[in-house]
Amino acid sequence: MTTAATTTRRTLIPFGPQHPVLPEPLHLRLVLEDEIVVNALPAVGYIHRGIEKLAELKDFQQNVFLLERICGICSFIHSLAYCQGIEELMQLDVPPRAKYLRVVWSELNRLHSHLLWLGLLADSFGFESLFMQVWKTREKVLDLEEATAGARIMLSTCAIGGVRRDLSDEQIAQVLHGLDAIERDFESFIPAVITDTTVKHRLVGVGVITQQQAHELGAVGPVARASGIARDLRVTGYAAYGELGLNPVIETDGDCYARTLVRVRELHQSLLLIRKALKRLPATPIAVPVKGNPIGEVVSRVEQPRGEVLYYLKANGTKTLERVRVRTPTFANIPALLAMLPGNELADVPVITLAIDPCVSCTER
Amino acid sequence: MFPFVTTILRALRRGPATRRYPYEVRPPMAGSRGHLVNEPDTCIYCGLCVRRCPAGALAVTREPKSWTLDPYRCILCAYCVEVCPKKCLRMEPSHVRAAS
Ligand code: SF4
Ligand code: SF4
Repeated sequence: MTTAATTTRRTLIPFGPQHPVLPEPLHLRLVLEDEIVVNALPAVGYIHRGIEKLAELKDFQQNVFLLERICGICSFIHSLAYCQGIEELMQLDVPPRAKYLRVVWSELNRLHSHLLWLGLLADSFGFESLFMQVWKTREKVLDLEEATAGARIMLSTCAIGGVRRDLSDEQIAQVLHGLDAIERDFESFIPAVITDTTVKHRLVGVGVITQQQAHELGAVGPVARASGIARDLRVTGYAAYGELGLNPVIETDGDCYARTLVRVRELHQSLLLIRKALKRLPATPIAVPVKGNPIGEVVSRVEQPRGEVLYYLKANGTKTLERVRVRTPTFANIPALLAMLPGNELADVPVITLAIDPCVSCTER
Repeated sequence: MFPFVTTILRALRRGPATRRYPYEVRPPMAGSRGHLVNEPDTCIYCGLCVRRCPAGALAVTREPKSWTLDPYRCILCAYCVEVCPKKCLRMEPSHVRAAS
């Protein structure tokens, strides 16, 4: 006689690296019992580009342009993390105006990153019209980036010792005006994200991790904040964040819905930060000259849309660096993802995966 | 999907949000980094731009006088523009098609 326990069959399903909802190649090997995930094993490495090695060959100034290409979404923030590290090694005092402008571009990056994510999340559960509306608004953010920095994605405005571009009064007015239009757009789709029953049905109670799990697994960014951990590196006050003041956005449920709420509220927070920064923009130079080469070791950490990014830089007094090591937020969130999946249905895997906002090209560099 | 119905109706009334690119091209924004141009009359072929270029997109020789840009390698960072002592390099805002 066979018992129920002995007849339970396990199925191995490969999820990714090619999958309609995945913007980038992440592979998960899912072990299923019927429709329920019992285990997941990740595999990354499909788009490794060898950027860390290349950064040891280019000179430390050229690396600003190379390292911002680690990620197409938070490009400015990557260059900011690197520049802040080198500035610490060379003891450069960045002028206040540059620090405020760095906040403006960082938050524009965060805005369009969260909008990109929100669109992809909507796509993952088949809400195509929401996906299109959100991405339409994202275009407005990209337009503001092009109008202020000269490019939609690779801003190339961060420099060691400051920033490369200043904003004129007209540009400031243009950004403020653009932010008003973006905020009006939010009113047209954010209620749908937050209150719609079908959206909630796909997100509430799905992919839960507790605060303790998030802490033990080293989750970062919105994933940690959605589980009640008040961890946001902007609170440490780098660039001009210290003077602008902000409280981390926190939710406590630890499910996909909580992660959505955190990012949606951060959209409003970013609007507020940009407005504050532009209104208080100090009238100082935007960069200090850089002389000599960096020497020593430094760890530089900043908050990206997906969480904390960590740069370790080792310089030996020559033009090239000895070592550049980058720990990206998605890498830190993969263990949390693996803890979220068991117990959920296969149909929820795309949503849970998308809810950590995976950026695989960052992860692999 | 009720909270979204008004948004959808408004979008239907306003028509497409997209442009019929490439038939309809948006005018370039001022200050955009579209493509790199050199003024050969002012260039002194010093090679400073070549040394700075992070992508290895430039080549300069003094004899014969030549300055060449590989548009497929150029990442449009404008780092060379900043360093040029004669200010003969500039970024034009219009984007050129890759094969032109
Ligand atoms: S830096 Fe300017 S002057 Fe010198 S070679 Fe390049 S383009 Fe010519
Ligand atoms: S714009 Fe940048 S990549 Fe292009 S030639 Fe100049 S320095 Fe090189």
